[in-house]
Amino acid sequence: MRFPVRADFAVISALIERSKNELLRVPGAAIPGVLAPTIFFLGLNGVFGNLTDLRGFDSDSYLSFVIPVSLLQGAGFTGAATGVNLARDIEGGWFDRLLASPSPRLSILGGMVASASIRALVPTTILLCIAIPLGAAWPGTAGLVLVVILVMGMAAVAACWGTLLALKFKTQSAAPLMQAGTFVGVLFTTAYAPIALLQPWLQTVARINPITQVIEGARQCFLGGITWADTWPALLALIALTALLGGLSLRGMRRIAV
Amino acid sequence: MTLGLRANLRVIAALGMRSTRQTFRRPQLIAPILIFPTLLLAVQTGGAGAAINLPGFPPVQSFLQFTIAGAMAQSLMLAGNSGGIAFAVDIEMGFTDRLFAAPISRFSIVLGRLAGVAALGVVTGAWFFTLALVFGTHIEEGALGVLVAMTLVVLAAIAFGGLGAAIALRTGKASVVQGFFPLVLVILFVSSAFFPQELMVEPAKTIAEYNPLSFIVAGIRDPIVSGFSAKEMLECLAALAAVGLGGLVLSAMALKHRLRTGG
Repeated sequence: MRFPVRADFAVISALIERSKNELLRVPGAAIPGVLAPTIFFLGLNGVFGNLTDLRGFDSDSYLSFVIPVSLLQGAGFTGAATGVNLARDIEGGWFDRLLASPSPRLSILGGMVASASIRALVPTTILLCIAIPLGAAWPGTAGLVLVVILVMGMAAVAACWGTLLALKFKTQSAAPLMQAGTFVGVLFTTAYAPIALLQPWLQTVARINPITQVIEGARQCFLGGITWADTWPALLALIALTALLGGLSLRGMRRIAV
Repeated sequence: MTLGLRANLRVIAALGMRSTRQTFRRPQLIAPILIFPTLLLAVQTGGAGAAINLPGFPPVQSFLQFTIAGAMAQSLMLAGNSGGIAFAVDIEMGFTDRLFAAPISRFSIVLGRLAGVAALGVVTGAWFFTLALVFGTHIEEGALGVLVAMTLVVLAAIAFGGLGAAIALRTGKASVVQGFFPLVLVILFVSSAFFPQELMVEPAKTIAEYNPLSFIVAGIRDPIVSGFSAKEMLECLAALAAVGLGGLVLSAMALKHRLRTGG
């Protein structure tokens, strides 16, 4: 029996509502997703702020250069938290009850991923409120919209990654792996410096790592103008990663016997 | 009646061994101690390696040579935090209460935990020196330099472990000790662990000038990058003594409070 489209959306919106309730009832749970990228943002600027003096560094503001990294880090941590929450639900048996319901697996995954994308707006808002008064460039309305799209996309990718691991290990003990995955994904890019200034091995890794495209796509909003040439690779990377990790998560979900 | 010195040393050794085994049996405890600082070391070396060309950067062979001591310090602080978490779990599970009821010196329970953290310090030092050597880092003072740096690493582990133990004893909750994890990052970023203090940006630059961690890292870094210097060594030992004594005094106060109030 095909589940009607309206019911699909009802499942997704119910899961978003549940996630929103979690955020309101346990606001402390959102702190790691906000605190870690904020500390990294302020810390990286304090420690490496003078890297802009290097020949070949294409920005004179390290705050503007590094803010996209922190925004994507916040999205990554928030997305990974979806995996931790799912592992908790699996351990507690709640997820089995959800799977036993007539909701399609795709709607369940869609609900969790959409929740992560919306929750990622919390660290984004806080980080922008800190960064811009400190001197990071204002991205403009179009830039802000693009940044929000990329951050929400990054949270969706991280949520798919976290969900995949939660379904594989079925325990909250896998949390460090979920967080480490997003940490590596975001930092092994042009996070610290332009690609020409990276060590050769990191240049190679950054070129292969699709998150580099996302960082560069978000960075253009703070460092000058938005071009389609820097935008489409970011969007394509997010779509491809979401499709790949989401597909694997869906397969993992379908393999769970209820 | 409490036991004699030899018996207390046996208690400390047994508890230290238990704490070391506990850490290695739980991946969630060992992962942040070694993997996270190693990843950060890799990304900083690869991402900010060109910084050694900045005017004013001290003469070093590579950024890895400069920052390896910072990675060790990060690992040691996380080891202190992880030791505190494990201690708090023991308190939550009632294991520490059973030890309190045993005829052993109460402070040997804390020292046992610190012995475990010291063992982690040895592992940390060995891990990062191995990494440094594998990636071709020259240790300026050779084998003697490694030995001196390793001694400082172990002392730093004990000092940070004392702070972790104090927090665990005072709060008795693993989640509260875990909550200090971000503070570790803050202290690291406002020290000269990852970058020369003179090249940092304000206000981190000024804070780093007085941050005891800057002195500790400078002492460990000294034999690696430039050879022994009495000034750096004495400042490092003084900072270690201050942090270590602070941890022990706070642990003693927290222990007294816990024994008096039972929680």
